[in-house]
Order: sequence, then structure tokens, then C-alpha cells
Amino acid sequence: MATHSVTEDCEQLRKAFAGWGTNEGLIISILAHRSSAQIKLIRETYAKTYGEDLLKDLDKELSSDFERVVVLWALDPAERDAFLANEATKRWTSSNQVLVEITCTRTSQQLLLAKQAYHARFKRSLEEDVASHATGDFSKLLIPLVSIYRYEGDEVNMTLAKSEAKILHEKISEKAYNHEDVIRILSTRSKAQINATLNRYKNEFGNDINKDLKTDPKDEFLAILRATVKCLTRPEKYFEKVLRLAINKRGTDEGALTRVVTTRAEIDMKIIKEEYHKRNSVTLDHAIGKDTTGDYEKMLLALIGHGDA
Amino acid sequence: MGKKLKKEGEKITTSPEECEALRKAFSGPHGVEEKSMLEILVKCNPADLTTFRKNSPYIFLDDEYCFEKWDPFHMKSLEIKFLHFQRAVIQRTMHPWERDALLVRKSLEEKPPLYNLLIELACTRTSDEFLGARKAFQCLYSESVEEFVAVKVQGFQRRLLVALVSTYRYEGMQIDEAAIKLECQKLARAIKTDHRNEIENDDEVLRILTTRSKHHLKTIHKCYKEDYDSNLEEDLDDIQILRDTVNCLCAPPIYFSKILDTAMSICPAEQEMEALTRVIVTRTDVDMKDIAAEFDRKYGAPLIERIEAAALGNYRDFLVALVKRGMAN
Repeated sequence: MATHSVTEDCEQLRKAFAGWGTNEGLIISILAHRSSAQIKLIRETYAKTYGEDLLKDLDKELSSDFERVVVLWALDPAERDAFLANEATKRWTSSNQVLVEITCTRTSQQLLLAKQAYHARFKRSLEEDVASHATGDFSKLLIPLVSIYRYEGDEVNMTLAKSEAKILHEKISEKAYNHEDVIRILSTRSKAQINATLNRYKNEFGNDINKDLKTDPKDEFLAILRATVKCLTRPEKYFEKVLRLAINKRGTDEGALTRVVTTRAEIDMKIIKEEYHKRNSVTLDHAIGKDTTGDYEKMLLALIGHGDA
Repeated sequence: MGKKLKKEGEKITTSPEECEALRKAFSGPHGVEEKSMLEILVKCNPADLTTFRKNSPYIFLDDEYCFEKWDPFHMKSLEIKFLHFQRAVIQRTMHPWERDALLVRKSLEEKPPLYNLLIELACTRTSDEFLGARKAFQCLYSESVEEFVAVKVQGFQRRLLVALVSTYRYEGMQIDEAAIKLECQKLARAIKTDHRNEIENDDEVLRILTTRSKHHLKTIHKCYKEDYDSNLEEDLDDIQILRDTVNCLCAPPIYFSKILDTAMSICPAEQEMEALTRVIVTRTDVDMKDIAAEFDRKYGAPLIERIEAAALGNYRDFLVALVKRGMAN
């Protein structure tokens, strides 16, 4: 494996912007094959050497879906999450699902770093923005999800799993989906504990909790609850589904595709690809190749192959 | 100075004044006067001690077997008084995260629970300080503060308290003037409506108090005073947890000087007494100057003077030194 010199990378990137056109291929060949730590160094060196922010230059030179995937990738993971979360609270781009995704699939430390990046960039807390924009039942669930610093230990209390499975089943049977105990259990318990509780739920009552939460397919709150459960317990399955829906959608949902690829490339993309292949009988590479074009496609493919040697 | 012969060779060597001093050394609510105890007790011979016991009816009881029995209640409380200095030393030395994590645990394991202590911890620490305490809590108890509070607190207090311990507030100075004006009005409306007793569950009130930055809230407090000619915490006075939340977020010195005054009052409850140690030890490096100034303003006597009157011995000296240190910073 070739060693990369940061200075060389900066020079090459600068060259890619030079002149009338932009050498997108060069940009992809460098950035898609660097880790977030390496990119951080590149940005620092670039700023020192040329007195400009690499991201601003990327923004100037690139456009549309390709720009978005490159810029998101070039952001530090915490900044990226902060940016996506902020977008999700804004009126025209609001998305409760994205907020659930970010708060429930990240580790407690990753979410904390995202919140610190949020303070630094937006001069407000993520909690404030979510609280100001979410309403009713959604805010009762989202605000705790955004705030809580979950315990990450493996310990499981089986007695508690039994009693909380019972509570969940009770409230769901009564259709009290927004009951404070449902929210309390999903938003405060550790992921290990929630897994144990939901396993118990299935053993005791026969169904996966998400099956019981599907009573009304049009109910948005139920959809968010199901997403919460999935993100907390089976993130790779959640991401597979987001990708599948994004690709199969008429016209492709580039926003979702870009978001999942850039946020998971360094984390669990390999597992997500396996899940995708299992579920769809084609590889993710193949599906993306069929559904997207040009530099955008090239960047995505390079990123999902990121972990591979 | 009288010398009375009790038995052959046994003389009374202590004076009534010394007996009184010894009695006092045992009797403060806050600490014990170690120096007096040492000097006088070393001097005492058995006859002196008998006289002392016979003349201290609040400490020793007459027993049917004709000996002066130590009142067990007094003896228990004396054990606690000896501990005041020890506790202060331990709190001062301990890592603030561990200290605050232990206090969080204690606040809800006491009966009745100490909601004001929990609010104090969540609201007077910086976001990063309290986050540190949350991490320490996980380390010590293998569960998160959020889980713990959510299970222990029921009823209307749960929403507020869980939100207060969960939030990670922005600590900077940037504010949104328009939002402040609007939120000031929302608070006023919630306070003045007929459904006063539902204010603890008012979504907007909770949102404002539990997510906004401290600077934002202080500005709302100021705006409220200007527009409605009243202090926000006073208008929330009949709901203690809301009043304490506003005080701790907007004006900690007011909250701290109040609980110091209560701790040093004539007959404080044990929980109230502990505030004396906790506040002095935890605020000496933060805002002791402001607390002392507020205390002086509100209660008409310098904080140091009150401590010197209320506490004894090493404990008193330790507290006074910490206050002086804090005021010099």
C-alpha cells in the first residue's frame, strides 16, 4: 500500500481545481481513498499552504450530487453529523427519520462529538433546534433521543427485561404508543438492555415488536418508533432498507444514498453490503452502478469499496 | 475557682467556665471544637468528668443505677459532627465528576428525595462538568443517570428532571433576540393563565427551561423583569422545582446563599446542614465571591461571620479558609 504524502495530496487537489475545468477523477482518486483522519490533515495543510478552506474550494468548483457527496465525505464525522442533523431540523429539509438515524446508530461518544461540533458551528445546541421544530409526540421522543448519553456496557438485567417487555406490550396493545414508559425505555436504556428486552418481548408475546407497531402503515409516529427500534438493535438492516428504498425509488433518492454512504463508509459498510446482497440478490455496487451516473456514481462506488484493500 | 474534695486525693481541677467551654465543644450543629476538647479533657481527672456529666443534663441522663448515661441520641449526632470535617476534606479532594455522580445517586436514594440537589447539580455545573459526572456515574453504577432518574422519579417532576439531566447545553454567548422576546411572552402567558397547576407539564415552558443556553435564559429573565416588572422565579414560587431550576440556571448565587442560610439556621434538618459543606467546597473555585456578596446583601451579615458563629473547630477553620480563598480569586 502506497504511503500518501499530505503535501502531495494538497498539491494534486489544488491542481484539480486549476484552469477552466475541474479534474473530478483526480479528486475522487485522492479523497475517496483517504480516511477521515487523513482528510483532516489534508484540510489543515491545504489551509496553511494556500490560505483557503478546501471545503469552500470544493463547493465553488463542484456541483449538484457530486459536490454534496464529496463535501460530506470531506467533513470530519462529527461535523458531518452536525450538518445533517441541522438540515433535518430546518423547515424545508426536515426529517424526523434522519434525526432518529443519527441519534440511534451512533455511539454515545460519536453523538457527543456531533453535539459539540453543533455548538461550535451553529452557536446553539442540537436539543434547542430539535425542540423548537419538532411538535407533539415527535418532540417527546426526539428530544430525549438527541440528549441522552447512553450507557454502553454489555450488562443485561433479565428481570428488568421481563418487566419492561411487559410494559411495552401493554402500552402497544392499548395503542398508547406515545406513553411516557415506551419513550423512557427506548430513550434511556442501553442498547444491550433494549436488545434483551425485545428478545424477551418476542419470546413472551410471539411477535417482533416492529410487527406489532405496524398496525397503521400510514401513521408517521409508528414509523418513527419502528425506525428507532431498528436503529438501536439492527442498524445494518436499517441502512440496507434505506439504501434499497433510495435506489428503487423512481428517480433515486440521492439525498439518502449520499447520506448513508458517506456516514457509514468508515464504520460498517462491509456488513451493510452483505445485508444488501442477501436481501436483494445483487451487490450494492451493481445496484448503484445501474441507478446512478457520472462522477457521482464513481465517488459512491469508490466510497463503498473504501474499506477494501 | 473552687477546690472540692470528693474522695481522698481527688480534687476538682476544672472551673465552671471550662466545663461550659467543654459543653459547647460538644454542642454545635456544625462540627466539634477539637482544641477545647483536647485541652480540657486532658486536664480533667475522674472527679472533674463526673461533675461535668452531672452538670450537662442535655448530654447525660440520670440512670437508675446511679451513673450519668450518655443520651444515645446525642452520642449519635456527635458522631456525625465529628464527620463534618472528614466529609469536607473528602469532598474537596475527590474528583468533581465522582463527587457529583455520588451526589446525584444520593439525591434520589434519600427518603424523601432531594430534587433541589439534583437540580443544583444539573443546572449549576457547566455542560462539560455535568457530562463528566454522567460518565463517572456510568462507571460507578453501570447505568446512565438518565435511566436512573427516569425510573426513580414519577409524576410531573419526571419530565422536567429527566430533561435537565439529559441536556447538553450550548455554553456560548450568542443569543436570538427574537426568540427571547417570544419565549418571554410564552412564559408569562403560561404563568398567568387559569391552568396554573399544569404549568409543570407545559411543553413550551419545559422546552425553554431544559434546552436553551444559560445566557439565553438569563436574557429572558432580564426581559421578563423589564416587561412584567417581576422576577420569573418569584412568579413560579409555588412550584419549588421550577423556582429552583430558574434560580440555578439564571442566578446560582441567589440559590446558593439561600441554602447556606438555611443550613446555618437554628435547627436545620440533616440534609439541609450538609449544604454548608457542599456549597463551600464546590463553589470555592467557581463563584464564591458572588455568593458571599449576595449573602451579605440578602442576610445583612458577612458569610464568614455567620460560618464562624455556626461552626466549630477544624471544620469551621476549613470552611472559612475556603471562603476566603474563593473571595480572593
